Amino acid sequence: MARITLDHIRHAYGPKPSSPQDYALKEVHHEWNDGGAYALLGPSGCGKTTLLNIISGLVTPSEGRILFDGTDVTQLPTERRNIAQVFQFPVIYDTMTVYDNLAFPLRNRRVPEAEVDRRVRDILEMIDLSSWANRKAQRLTADQKQKISLGRGLVRNDVSAILFDEPLTVIDPHMKWVLRSQLKRLHRQFGFTMVYVTHDQTEALTFADKVVVMYDGEIVQIGTPAELFERPSHTFVGYFIGSPGMNVLPAAVDGSAVTIGAETIQLDYAPKIGSAKKTELGIRPEFIRLGRDGMPIEVTKVEDIGRQKIVRARFSGHPVAIVVPEDGEIPADARVRFDPSAISIYADSWRVGREA
Amino acid sequence: MLELRNVSKTVGGEYHIHPSDLVLERGTLNVLLGPTLSGKTSLMRLMAGLDKPTGGSIHFDGKDVTGVRVQDRNVAMVYQQFINYPALTVYENIASPMRISGKDKATIDREVRKAAELLRLTPYLDRTPLSLSGGQQQRTALARAIVKNASLVLLDEPLANLDYKLREELREELPRIFAASGAIFVYATTEPSEALLLGGNTATLSQGRITQFGKTIDVYRRPSDLVTARTFADPPLNILEVVKSNGHFLKHDTEAFAVPAHLAAIADGPVTIAFHPHHLALAPAGQDGDARLSVRTLVSEITGSESFVHVDFAGARWVMLEHGIHDIEPDKPIDVYLDTRHLMAFAGDGQAIAAAPAKAA
Repeated sequence: MARITLDHIRHAYGPKPSSPQDYALKEVHHEWNDGGAYALLGPSGCGKTTLLNIISGLVTPSEGRILFDGTDVTQLPTERRNIAQVFQFPVIYDTMTVYDNLAFPLRNRRVPEAEVDRRVRDILEMIDLSSWANRKAQRLTADQKQKISLGRGLVRNDVSAILFDEPLTVIDPHMKWVLRSQLKRLHRQFGFTMVYVTHDQTEALTFADKVVVMYDGEIVQIGTPAELFERPSHTFVGYFIGSPGMNVLPAAVDGSAVTIGAETIQLDYAPKIGSAKKTELGIRPEFIRLGRDGMPIEVTKVEDIGRQKIVRARFSGHPVAIVVPEDGEIPADARVRFDPSAISIYADSWRVGREA
Repeated sequence: MLELRNVSKTVGGEYHIHPSDLVLERGTLNVLLGPTLSGKTSLMRLMAGLDKPTGGSIHFDGKDVTGVRVQDRNVAMVYQQFINYPALTVYENIASPMRISGKDKATIDREVRKAAELLRLTPYLDRTPLSLSGGQQQRTALARAIVKNASLVLLDEPLANLDYKLREELREELPRIFAASGAIFVYATTEPSEALLLGGNTATLSQGRITQFGKTIDVYRRPSDLVTARTFADPPLNILEVVKSNGHFLKHDTEAFAVPAHLAAIADGPVTIAFHPHHLALAPAGQDGDARLSVRTLVSEITGSESFVHVDFAGARWVMLEHGIHDIEPDKPIDVYLDTRHLMAFAGDGQAIAAAPAKAA
């Protein structure tokens, strides 16, 4: 497995890009660890697929270099990059048996047959198709075919990286839970370098050690799922991670006092807002406490979604979402408190620190 | 009111829809929830008149419409794929059903602008669909369904091809849009969370059968059988086969916990119990009804706000959903607490024996 270096990469699909808007991928300059599990997450058009294609060699970046373990592979075609790929839709050989489909990448590389057998059986076990080993692939359901694609991506242990492009989209919701946790176990066991593109939040967060959040051609934050949840560095990350996303309220900051409409909240630090044009307060729906004391709020709607309730309300003239546990109480004349440790202040959309 | 009376559909001698009854009222949102191939699309096609039922009859406002073609019925459909006229502007796309029905210019203009406002498309009326995002394209298709002023609007996984944030926003808007119209809305989805967010009523489907129909949250909380409970669970439902004896549920004679009050009346003997992952926790809920169980951890998945801890209890695989971050190493024996107040119980044939209480005090 390999360390992946993205060295000042930019990419434009059109010729002669002049302004930053011409770049589908603005500057990306990062180093990804050997054995790391990275998820690329963002809305459609954010550049995540472009970045994956640059790593796989399907796209040569307009600028910059890509290195695997320090070796420049920028100009190498996909087949010479020693990577495994799993796509959204199954790519398998219908006329071969399930077993031979899985053995194919190994036999292609002249791996001794005893080793092939051992690895194929491991994978069959993992994707729960052991009893189907000798069946022709064409008879299988879409679900089963995708499991074989997944298995083929995982069968070699000498690849530089395994790239996944929305691999579980066609899988039944319940099977997703099984496959996802198996991928996770496998990653723990073998330490593959994995890059996983998805638009599914749960999938990205549960799979990855590090989530790469992209927005408008840029990486806005790389962090652990906990970091993205607790300290979103950009309001977009706050909004995009979490369901519902973070509440972002326009706020006037004066020293350590933050004013939203008619309400003022006193922080225990003075956020470093500099000469920012726009200042905002961010708080996740999970950290607004609904009770009988605190600041006034007008509840507009309560959505009972089973394991919790989402309260839609107006706070100081702005819509906010509040998450209340399943058995949680919603008083008639509800008031709110913001958990002080969960408040973030944003200056021109970027989170600013506690330092004075 | 749309009424399905003993409606069935067979193809090549095989049931796609088993004989089913269903009554949908005007001004309601009705979710069809089930996995792929459970019969959602087949049922919608029957409702729309795209397919003719093999048996039974379909009534609209008391009138038998069985066999009346879709063209002659006041039905609108929205599909998973965004279907718009690529050469027409958004305005003309929305206007198209009214042009066909020969509405006057002023009415068309008024209705298009009203629907565009409702679906936040006003700034894009002069654009063509392909220059818009997926969410905007699907909103255009929705707007067209709305202006048609159909009495029945069928939405077949309309948000499945959208990013989850867009889905979240549209899901929030949809009930408002539905409420503003007097039509019957039918919405197919594979995702339990989507049904819960939409609210309204839900019919769960499994292998061509409607297993239950009722208020969405009631079907979720009080499934009438195990199939419904499983269909309506994500993360997956946790299930355990036990024997009830002397006020306890026993598993392999080694593990036992007290039967909660709401299940006390069921007969001694084998029973299947089930519960949702958020009713299993690392710490007691602090109420009567916490059962301490010894499990072995398998893998932990962390979303940043929550953790899904997969565990093994006496050979049963469960998922525990905990708030916060709990990265527990695999293959470790730990104690967990089951909030038995929320347990569901099912008989050998899968029928619910006693429902979980509607709500804990």
